[in-house]
Amino acid sequence: MTRKTLLACLLPALLLAAPARAQSLDELLDQIEEPRTELVRATFKSPRVVSAQSVESPARQDLLMVIGHRFGPVNSGLQELFGIDQATMRMGFDYGLGDRLAVGVGRSSFQKTYDGFVKYRILWQSQGERNIPVSLSWHSAAAVLTSTRLYNRDDLELVSRMRYAHQLLVARKFGPRLSLQLMPSVAHSNLTLTADEPNDIFALGTGGRLKLSNRVTLNWEYYPRLNDRGREGRHDALSLGFDIETGGHVFQLHLTNTLSMAEPSLIGQTTGSWLDGDIHFGFNINRTFALGKGR
Amino acid sequence: MKKTLILLALLSLGTASFAQKFMTRTANVGFFSEAPLENIEARTSSGTGIIDMATGDMAFRVPINTFQFEKALMQEHFNENYMESDRFPNAEFKGKITNLAQVNLGRDGSYPATVEGQMTIHGITQNVKEVGSIRVAGERISVTSEFLVRVADYQIQIPSVMVDNIAKVVKVKLVADMQPF
Repeated sequence: MTRKTLLACLLPALLLAAPARAQSLDELLDQIEEPRTELVRATFKSPRVVSAQSVESPARQDLLMVIGHRFGPVNSGLQELFGIDQATMRMGFDYGLGDRLAVGVGRSSFQKTYDGFVKYRILWQSQGERNIPVSLSWHSAAAVLTSTRLYNRDDLELVSRMRYAHQLLVARKFGPRLSLQLMPSVAHSNLTLTADEPNDIFALGTGGRLKLSNRVTLNWEYYPRLNDRGREGRHDALSLGFDIETGGHVFQLHLTNTLSMAEPSLIGQTTGSWLDGDIHFGFNINRTFALGKGR
Repeated sequence: MKKTLILLALLSLGTASFAQKFMTRTANVGFFSEAPLENIEARTSSGTGIIDMATGDMAFRVPINTFQFEKALMQEHFNENYMESDRFPNAEFKGKITNLAQVNLGRDGSYPATVEGQMTIHGITQNVKEVGSIRVAGERISVTSEFLVRVADYQIQIPSVMVDNIAKVVKVKLVADMQPF
């Protein structure tokens, strides 16, 4: 028996024993774990940043009731209790036809507006096996302004009173705390309120949220117009506020210079100026009802 | 010399045949919370696990965000507000079967098992001792266990407005069909 044969016999034994010893169960778990694709969820706590749509929408067969209030201008003084005496409200429902497709309707006392929208999530930010850096939603809305005082005539056909908005919502959740959203948008009025206004207003909206705690986020949105910028008495919509999530509800409290709560009038129709204190305290209450029988 | 060789050969054989590892990628884990206002139930079948039946060592890992709930909103709140799955993506158990001698891999049947080890949930590790069973069926084994988890032990905070919605003690059920690895 030579040393070589001994070595030859020993080697397989060593080879067999070595890998089993070297690998801890932890490492083995890492090894057998299959790559998964994780959808990034809760980019925003609700389908509204403040007044603007976010990339989020109700899950399939979830009905979301959104009640929005905007009080009068803060600069109206103590007599009006800084705007609290007046209120504009929108009551609306969003419904998830699928996890990516939502429809919604609403009625706002502002210009006695009925609105409806469709929103579809084309891309869903994900990580893991399939890595998609952003969420991308398409949102189209239509609104009809039924206030007879608005156009100073009541013989207008319905179609003349209609406004539309189309936009792409691009959002990315940069970790648990920060989400940012970009909103290239166009709003169209079939009949403008004054003769020299353009029918189409383009805007590049931005929005975001900063998570302050598990249940509270700071939100903001800003809709700078790309055309018709010089118009007297019109301003870019700017809102900021907090989302407070309590379990069944998301409460959104904010300050904003715009009264409209749907994009067709939200984009380009803002009359309040932050610099003059012409801003409104407001809130949204979001309540989700799960109508489906489970998934 | 010859004797040493035979001994060595036997030893190498021994290590090979006792390296009885079993694994799964599809361990079912469910939990049930029973509270006055609502019952909450969630499941996943994405648990991974390994058991070394030679030593009794075992490790299980469950990705938190794979738990499926009846309501999407519950799932979001579970991940965002309670488990903080962005920071603590997995629940893990590492431990040892303490009554290994009573499990006969050579004979089909169901054997009670006691397990001791460390459970890590929400980034907090606790020593636990649980019971379960190991069912041997041919080449495969099936591991089941039901145990209770005190939510407060893992510093998962339930706000006072939700105390009637979420149980303080959650029942967890594990069913893992495992194959030789």
